[in-house]
Amino acid sequence: MKKLLTGNEAVALGAYEAGVHFAAAYPGTPSTEILENIAPYKEVVAEWAPNEKVAFEAAFGASIAGARSLAAMKHVGLNVAADPFFTAGYTGVNGGMVLVVADDPGLHSSQNEQDNRYYAKHAKVAMVEPSNSQEAKDMVKKAFEISEKYDTLVMMRMTTRVCHSKSLVEIGERQEVELKPYVKNLQKYYVAPAVAKQLHVKVEERLKKLEEFSNETDLNYIEWNDKKIGVISSGVAFEYAKEVFGDSASYLKLGFTYPLPSEKIKNFAKEVEVLYVVEELEPYIEEYVKSLGIECIGKDKIPNIWELNPEIVATSLFGEKTPTIEYDKSVIANRPPTLCAGCPHRGFFYGLSKRKNVMITGDIGCYTLGGADPLNAMDTTICMGASISVGHGAKKVFDRYNKDMRVVSVIGDSTFFHTGINSLLDVVYNKSNTITCILDNRVTGMTGHQDNPGTGYTLQGELTEIADIPSIVKALGIKHVRTVNPLKLDELNEAFDWAFELNEPSAIITRYPCALKKLTELDRKEFKPLEGKCEIDSEKCIGCKRCVNTGCPAIRFIKPDRKSTIDPVQCVGCGLCVQVCPVNAISKVGE
Amino acid sequence: MSDVKSILLVGVGGQGTILASKILSDGLVEAGYDVKMSEIHGMSQRGGSVSTQVRYGNRVYSPVIGKGQADILVSFEAMEALRYLEYLKPEGKVVVNDYKIPSAPILMAKADYPDNVIETIKEKANTSVLDAAKIATELGNVKVMNIVLLGALVKAMNLTDIDWETAIRNNVKEKFVDINIKAFHAGMDAVSLAIA
Repeated sequence: MKKLLTGNEAVALGAYEAGVHFAAAYPGTPSTEILENIAPYKEVVAEWAPNEKVAFEAAFGASIAGARSLAAMKHVGLNVAADPFFTAGYTGVNGGMVLVVADDPGLHSSQNEQDNRYYAKHAKVAMVEPSNSQEAKDMVKKAFEISEKYDTLVMMRMTTRVCHSKSLVEIGERQEVELKPYVKNLQKYYVAPAVAKQLHVKVEERLKKLEEFSNETDLNYIEWNDKKIGVISSGVAFEYAKEVFGDSASYLKLGFTYPLPSEKIKNFAKEVEVLYVVEELEPYIEEYVKSLGIECIGKDKIPNIWELNPEIVATSLFGEKTPTIEYDKSVIANRPPTLCAGCPHRGFFYGLSKRKNVMITGDIGCYTLGGADPLNAMDTTICMGASISVGHGAKKVFDRYNKDMRVVSVIGDSTFFHTGINSLLDVVYNKSNTITCILDNRVTGMTGHQDNPGTGYTLQGELTEIADIPSIVKALGIKHVRTVNPLKLDELNEAFDWAFELNEPSAIITRYPCALKKLTELDRKEFKPLEGKCEIDSEKCIGCKRCVNTGCPAIRFIKPDRKSTIDPVQCVGCGLCVQVCPVNAISKVGE
Repeated sequence: MSDVKSILLVGVGGQGTILASKILSDGLVEAGYDVKMSEIHGMSQRGGSVSTQVRYGNRVYSPVIGKGQADILVSFEAMEALRYLEYLKPEGKVVVNDYKIPSAPILMAKADYPDNVIETIKEKANTSVLDAAKIATELGNVKVMNIVLLGALVKAMNLTDIDWETAIRNNVKEKFVDINIKAFHAGMDAVSLAIA
């Protein structure tokens, strides 16, 4: 039977069919749905980890214990997990281990578009690259075999369009796999310098064998057509190349992309007149082809920024633009993403935006939108957890050089658990007087509502301990801690006044569920769902736009009337606009 | 690009473009086509502009298309049709919902909703305009607007022979099946003959 599956669903199914025992991840677009689709299988232990390093290490531990294990993360997640990843490249595995990384060409939901294929080469780890969902499923299964046969971690490199495109996949059965026996082996897993020195020798031997495999495996195959043009390609770019060249070119399709198959590449190149390398982002394959002394056309024509599609490949290679309809695009208004109606972050940023002489260091999550118009309450967003440590460094410099600036660091609950805790320890240890604000909306929001150590539930739906943020903050050494309801602007502003006056570091924790969260049993014990709608009395409205400047998508300013209106379909009755209106023109109805 | 057809569905986060694409893809698979569908998750969910691409034929390679490559553009919102019109083949068709959702800069009166959007699109391409919100509201639930548009798309692409009722049944909750099927047929009926 065939089913339409996304690449992520196919990875989950492939892992399941391959008998995977353990899987862990931290949510991150475009990789999130891999673990969400493994979780329903009761045969598998599936977990959200607090961050990617922990996810990788947990999966690595499971492999050492003898299990088939999988870790999944978005591309930048591997930066966090790079430390154990490089060591695993030396030690190899016991049970097969597959690391799935999802790159985001085009930066649909990311802070950079790094090409993680270089990581495989850097850490000397085998790599596979699927082009579609069927390959994603097949390659996960194959990757477990390669991992166990060659005693290596296998990295599977996906991209947004492989993760989030649906194509037909043949459904199979799960093959149960016995755990490998666990045997204590210091020469393999105890990477003290003397051991690691010997492991490096083994790694180089392993790579030679893997290169032989790369030359033999049908994961790297040649499709002969006309030999005037030859195309080497991998990943989704192969699909684009097929679309552009069709049957008029021969192909060397690479599915096993580290180590690359030198013999296959040489033999293919010898037979064709002109050689193209079609790949997304960096010239990873092209550099290798050129290192073999083979001429090819690649990144001198095809862009290495943003994602490709068939039209971009064709236009960049042949210079002929596809005809399009010409019209005036300047009249189209932007449609940027916004904080939702009723979002508990809105009042926080509205209040914070009124403060003067303040640097606001932000972080990664929905609340990053607090930096956008009209709230404009953020100076930096760097990477997961950086708000608190970037804020610390900045504040130390402001104070040492007598600059009159306060620093507010803004981070979400899940991001705090991810890498914010270490940063806050730095604030305490090295004594900077920053104000850390932890926006706890009781869920990992941006990636689509995943549980985290603070929600009281595991990925597979079990009740668990709740990591209590105020207790953690106090245990780290922050003496001044307040928890506030972010729907109450007075409470927020009072907390800001209090924190800005302190000469020691402080923390303000806002605690209210995401407006879109389906409340859990635990939530319902603590929070009453919002009721009613807000209404504007247009007689009283003076057109000051304060309500509009909260950025609520339910409120619109009507220019000719110079009055605000509220869309009752969108409004969820959070009441922030009621609190900012200076003439009491807005009231809550239907409570 | 041989026999492969490319459909581009666009709208605003929350309008149900993904459900419509899912039903569309399922129906096409059942009819024996090779199908690929591509959508974007993440940041774009939060009230931003969204697009889904569905491609079908004997053998589909790329899940995505570029500018000037769509056979049909189905827009759930008027201004979004204009935003994505450059992805349409010059001889392609447009199904556009006469429905406006102001974006954040428009809500704040920092930008204006463009005038004469529908007229501009009609001038530039073979277009069928329908008021899917009105049709859906008359049926009893404005939310089935997406299925009204799906019906219109099916008619415009001459895909009426496929068993769409089963595809709908497999993708919506039982109590909403009837209204969705009605919405689907109402959408088919609402497409102007010139484009179908």
